[in-house]
Amino acid sequence: MTALLEVQGLTLRYGAVTAVDDVTLTVAEGSRHALIGPNGAGKSSLFSVLGGATRATSGTVRFGGTDITSADEVARARAGLVRTYQHSSLFLRLSVLDNVKLAVERQSGRPLRPWPSPRADRRVAAAALERLEQVGLAERRREPVSSLSHGERRQLEVALVLACEPRLVLFDEPTAGMSAAETTRFLELVEGLPREITTVVVEHDLDVVFRLADRISVLAAGRLIADGTPEEVRSDAGVNAAYLGAADGREALFTDAPDPTTEGGRA
Amino acid sequence: MRRALVPGVVVAVVLVLVALPLFLTPYPISLVTRILAFGLLVVSVDLLTGVTGLPSLGQIAYFGVGAYTAGMVGVHVTDNLPVQLLAGVALAAVAALVTGAFVVRTSGIVFLMVTLAVGELTHRLADGLDAVGGSNGLAGIPPGTVLPGGEPLLIAGFVYWWVLAVFLLGMAVALVVSRSPLGRAMRGVREAEGRLPALGQRTYAIKLAAFVVAGAVAGAAGTAWTAQNRFVSPGDLAFSVSAIALLSVVLGGAGTLWGPLLGAAVVIVVRDELAAYVAGYGELLLGVLFVVAVYALPRGIAGSRLRRVPSVKPA
Repeated sequence: MTALLEVQGLTLRYGAVTAVDDVTLTVAEGSRHALIGPNGAGKSSLFSVLGGATRATSGTVRFGGTDITSADEVARARAGLVRTYQHSSLFLRLSVLDNVKLAVERQSGRPLRPWPSPRADRRVAAAALERLEQVGLAERRREPVSSLSHGERRQLEVALVLACEPRLVLFDEPTAGMSAAETTRFLELVEGLPREITTVVVEHDLDVVFRLADRISVLAAGRLIADGTPEEVRSDAGVNAAYLGAADGREALFTDAPDPTTEGGRA
Repeated sequence: MRRALVPGVVVAVVLVLVALPLFLTPYPISLVTRILAFGLLVVSVDLLTGVTGLPSLGQIAYFGVGAYTAGMVGVHVTDNLPVQLLAGVALAAVAALVTGAFVVRTSGIVFLMVTLAVGELTHRLADGLDAVGGSNGLAGIPPGTVLPGGEPLLIAGFVYWWVLAVFLLGMAVALVVSRSPLGRAMRGVREAEGRLPALGQRTYAIKLAAFVVAGAVAGAAGTAWTAQNRFVSPGDLAFSVSAIALLSVVLGGAGTLWGPLLGAAVVIVVRDELAAYVAGYGELLLGVLFVVAVYALPRGIAGSRLRRVPSVKPA
């Protein structure tokens, strides 16, 4: 498989703090990649650099063979590299459908057209509705986003991202704060995505990670400490040490038996 | 009010407005004329403040450009009102494009302060520029004609109809834009400006487009003001006018366009009519009105009226 995203020696410093430290990794086209690591490992910082919201201190990012290190968020989104947000960032007082239309219009309409056009508007509305059906929110299209539940807002985030016709989606802790049912629903949604869409997920819930990912990268203190298939990562001693802070690491997170502290523990 | 009733209500209101001169004497007609011209300025403020989320104190600048352009065209070129309108709108839009290119790089309180500066600079410029009459104002504007070589409009009712036509045109532009993809993008800027770049939308372009449309609408309002008064003075561009324009938006319900129009009507009636009963305290009356409005109608006239019984949310 060809590499879609190539990160080379990426470093991000905030003053004396090195949030991302010389990370080199490759995301293959069509893969289901996950990025994990303990709190403060630099996952969100790395995401922010990949999405274009933060400029890296050094290193390069190539996307689909093109160097996008200095491209801004807009340029990356237009190239097909889009991200979701950890804290839903939606247009709260607009209707659910209008939220998606904003993304659809950028792709297939003229977003600055200052007059209505029945035919073009119908096309945009139909495309937006299709995205909503895909994530299961079509019924609620007329309601303002402010009346959606937390889980529904995450579903809408996915619809917005899909409407951008992405090649690569970065999911930033997509299941954080979701109920078990919402998480299941979300997983089905992501699993149902066509393979033309590559996904990278930052996630705390390791059940989610091991269910979704076919490749896992592990960050600790800003550095990449492991990168491989789920089986390789699961048996990596360094990863267990980083997560549990000690050599006796095989007691909780990476044992094969379901663990009572991670199962159903998120309300 | 049900959605289906809206077109009917709009048609009824427009018909009443058109028929007003047949029933009212010239003085109340001139009051309504002023409300319409000022109301269109307020609509332009609402396009920025309410729809795009950029609170502005500077629309008076483009109103001024429109008013002075119409006056100068009237004095030096032609008494034809449509020509004055086109010239005023075009120059106001150009002025908005040139200043907006810098102004829309800011947002929030900074935007408010920068637009205030633009408004005040325009006020000072009008005051100091002898070519437009300086502090004496621009006088000697001939009564306008609608058709080239036609009869000049001297009767208050005819002037009113012209102003009403300009108002309806400006209002139509504002409504059309707010229902277009650009309007949706403007509301997107208001709701979550930081999210738009991640969807591939450049907010700078959206904000600049909104600024130019609002500037053009304010310019149209300015030409209507000149057509009614046939005199423009720097005082028409004073800070107090910007302030009551923003007050009208808040009072009427920001973002609805028609709500701020009602706000404009209330403000003008209070300032110009009721103030006569409390000689010298007109501004105080406006202040009291504003304080009461903020407490009694936190979402403005439009916001209070639309409160529906909340629908039961499916679980």
